[in-house]
Amino acid sequence: MPAPIRLRELIRTIRTARTQAEEREMIQKECAAIRSSFREEDNTYRCRNVAKLLYMHMLGYPAHFGQLECLKLIASQKFTDKRIGYLGAMLLLDERQDVHLLMTNCIKNDLNHSTQYVQGLALCTLGCMGSSEMCRDLAGEVEKLLKTSNSYLRKKAALCAVHVIRKVPELMEMFLPATKNLLSEKNHGVLHTSVVLLTEMCERSPDMLLHFRKVCLLVPQLVRILKNLIMSGYSPEHDVSGISDPFLQVRILRLLRILGRSDDDSSEAMNDILAQVATNTETSKNVGNAILYETVLTIMDIKSESGLRVLAINILGRFLLNNDKNIRYVALTSLLKTVQTDHNAVQRHRSTIVDCLKDLDVSIKRRAMELSFALVNGNNIRGMMKELLYFLDSCDPEFKADCASGVFLAAEKYAPSKRWHIDTIMRVLTTAGSYVRDDSVPNLIQLITNSVEMHAYTVQRLYKALLDDISQQPLVQVSSWCIGEYGDLLVSGQCEEEEPIQVTEDEVLDVLEGLLVSNLSTPVTRGYSLTAIMKLSTRFSSVNRIKKVVSIYSSSIDVELQQRAVEYNALFKKYDHMRPALLERMPIMEKTASNGPTEIMQTNGETEPSVPDTKHLPLVTQPANQANDLLDLLGGNDVVPVIQTTLPTKPASAGGELLDLLGDLSLSGGLAPAPSVPVSQPPFLLDGLSSQPLFNDTSAAIPPMTAYSKNGLKIEFTFERANPNPNIAVITIHATNTTEADMTEFVFQAAVPKTFQLQLLSPSSNIVPALNQGSVTQVIRVLNPQKQQLRMRVKLTYTHKGSPVQDLAEVNNFPPQSWQ
Amino acid sequence: MTMHFLLLFSRQGKLRLQKWFTPIPEREKKKIVRDMTTMVLGRKPRSCNFLHWKDLKIVYKKYASLYFCCGLDAEENELLALEVLHRYVELLDKYFGNVCELDIIFNFEKAYFILDEFLLGGEVQETSKQVVSRSIEASDMLQEVSERPRSR
Repeated sequence: MPAPIRLRELIRTIRTARTQAEEREMIQKECAAIRSSFREEDNTYRCRNVAKLLYMHMLGYPAHFGQLECLKLIASQKFTDKRIGYLGAMLLLDERQDVHLLMTNCIKNDLNHSTQYVQGLALCTLGCMGSSEMCRDLAGEVEKLLKTSNSYLRKKAALCAVHVIRKVPELMEMFLPATKNLLSEKNHGVLHTSVVLLTEMCERSPDMLLHFRKVCLLVPQLVRILKNLIMSGYSPEHDVSGISDPFLQVRILRLLRILGRSDDDSSEAMNDILAQVATNTETSKNVGNAILYETVLTIMDIKSESGLRVLAINILGRFLLNNDKNIRYVALTSLLKTVQTDHNAVQRHRSTIVDCLKDLDVSIKRRAMELSFALVNGNNIRGMMKELLYFLDSCDPEFKADCASGVFLAAEKYAPSKRWHIDTIMRVLTTAGSYVRDDSVPNLIQLITNSVEMHAYTVQRLYKALLDDISQQPLVQVSSWCIGEYGDLLVSGQCEEEEPIQVTEDEVLDVLEGLLVSNLSTPVTRGYSLTAIMKLSTRFSSVNRIKKVVSIYSSSIDVELQQRAVEYNALFKKYDHMRPALLERMPIMEKTASNGPTEIMQTNGETEPSVPDTKHLPLVTQPANQANDLLDLLGGNDVVPVIQTTLPTKPASAGGELLDLLGDLSLSGGLAPAPSVPVSQPPFLLDGLSSQPLFNDTSAAIPPMTAYSKNGLKIEFTFERANPNPNIAVITIHATNTTEADMTEFVFQAAVPKTFQLQLLSPSSNIVPALNQGSVTQVIRVLNPQKQQLRMRVKLTYTHKGSPVQDLAEVNNFPPQSWQ
Repeated sequence: MTMHFLLLFSRQGKLRLQKWFTPIPEREKKKIVRDMTTMVLGRKPRSCNFLHWKDLKIVYKKYASLYFCCGLDAEENELLALEVLHRYVELLDKYFGNVCELDIIFNFEKAYFILDEFLLGGEVQETSKQVVSRSIEASDMLQEVSERPRSR
């Protein structure tokens, strides 16, 4: 068989291929030749063949049949073979391959080879891709080499040790002795890798960190080395643009950071050197700035004195003005990290940061945007918002969603006035309306609802916006909702804030109907506009027109629209007497958190069952008689009987149960105004009113029960569910005493089956007053993860008329809802 | 400088060198290479040299017709990474004399050998240019000595 072609010749040949197919053909041919050569166990050309295989592998072709050949090369005595063999192993054999472990023995032998370059190959391969098993087997060899005086091997062994520690952290201890003298080395390679090793150990183990800090006194050593590097003259071997060994400097700074973190003494010991590096480093080239950057990061992370921190932030401020984009980018990223802790210092650079919004580079713009939002506060809101809105206008689409959300959040927190707030929202909706997140729509609606005095102004502006553009769905949705809600204000021209526009009912209905038929409207938007039209039936006089529209859509292909239309139709026909009450103006929606939408969801869950009575008071804006009408109607209505059962058991509140229901509604799910049924709600209109709280909801009231009643002592249990964990039932016991004597030293104890867990909180008192003059209450929390039937054994002890009384009882009559 | 990977590729996206410092399945390596080439080649001419990809920082620099691209942990110093890439280019330049893409194509194994004297396990092992160059020279000499008269 002729000698296999040489590597370079193969490369040349393959590069002449003009098409992918041609290349593939050449490769396949060569692979076949290589395969047969491997089969013949040809020692002479194995190296050449594997090298060619590696080239083809880089082009993307499979090369797994060469894995074993790499092992054979590694086992060979020739240095050339070993070189290619190890390279092949690193490229083709990772720890997922079965043959990987076969390398272990070869590596072990080579670690003890007489030639340092062979040892180097073995160390390199082990340190690059050694598996945990290999590391375990060979850690001892690595440790030995870590103590050698040969600096070429020592530096490689140090990094190999780092790899071993990363793979098998338990082995860290065994390298500790070898680290003793590492820092007294003169050789920069060894110094550098030693610092890396020490860093790895300190990062992984707090004990090691303490050891190095207190026992080995690492900080002074590092400070000394760093000082020498800075003060020493020109060293040709390590110089980079006038700076001596920047790689080592940066690594030392990073290790100092770890050592100084949350330790006052260490931080103080490094104060001077950090100040020195910060002020003396050349900043004309990237390398100097790399060191400054690391210094800044260290200063901000340790317990540095305030002067040093200000110095660091000023360095970042200077970075912001640097021509080099990379430096600006890095500055913005760092400032973002420090803006929380050193807010005022960062504020000083606000105008520079805002200028970066106009940068051409996308990554810089994004950082600048994030940082700008972090810097917004009550004092600078107007100015900042102007810049940010301008940015929103002109930025790339990828930014618009985040920017819009950021603007909403900032506006909510710091709006100087309601009108400003509404104007800002309008601006966002009109300029970036299609990028606004879906959950902003309910938030905005809530905001608008709560700004009572701005209703007329808002609806007018939204209406005008709709006339211009109906393509941006969030804008259209908010606008339709507002028009449906406040359409009466629109046509009556009540706006105080600006010149009221003249618009007739028909014009408004034209616009809303236009939304229904437009191709630009999504199904959700159509739902909004249909509901809005329906709501206007109690606000406008052109009811017939509305009736017509609604009846047309009752045969719509869109199921959602159809359903709504059918129900609204029913509302016109059979339930017309309820229509005014159902389509009433929405009450102010309570919002307990002022942050993003996720907060609303959480607070909803938490506040639902135990909403204190006071919360409902602000909701009383509706005339009470209409509320009572509704109550009567629901009471007599056989469509939704469930309302009857839950009403009486709800905790008593001011203003009647209608407000309760609406209160629940507005707290649960953000946007669920009475007549308009969000897509996921059950179909019937009236069910929509009572909405989720009824069936599966954990806040459904559980009827109380009498747990014990004997000898004048009565113990009643009332139930709640503890949110957020539905497996916990919260039981409050109420102990009352019908006898003429007090029951003193009253102790209530309870035990539950093994699958439950019980927690008894402190009782209100231990005297149960006579003649029902008061009660003792105590809270029991029962964890019932397996949802088993709740059973309890109670033990009561008290003193009555001078004699001690003790009783045991079983409580089995828990209502199913308490444990299901 | 904990590097996860180092890639060299041409303007057309052809891979010239791939060094992986963490164990990754073959399929995923291919995906990473594809993602890197797409992202880096798609950058506008005067953008900054840093990108974010998943939880890694990507630092890249163009030298003539070759892109040098590395993936780092999120806490790493990007500016230093640029220095590391630059140092590698200098080492290649010293070895090949005015290195160009063709040198790397036809002598890819040498490029790997040089890299393995400069980085180990994703970290810098030697900060002196001369020491690295001398090690490579010595290894090459050892290779010549160990070879039989017939060349590869």
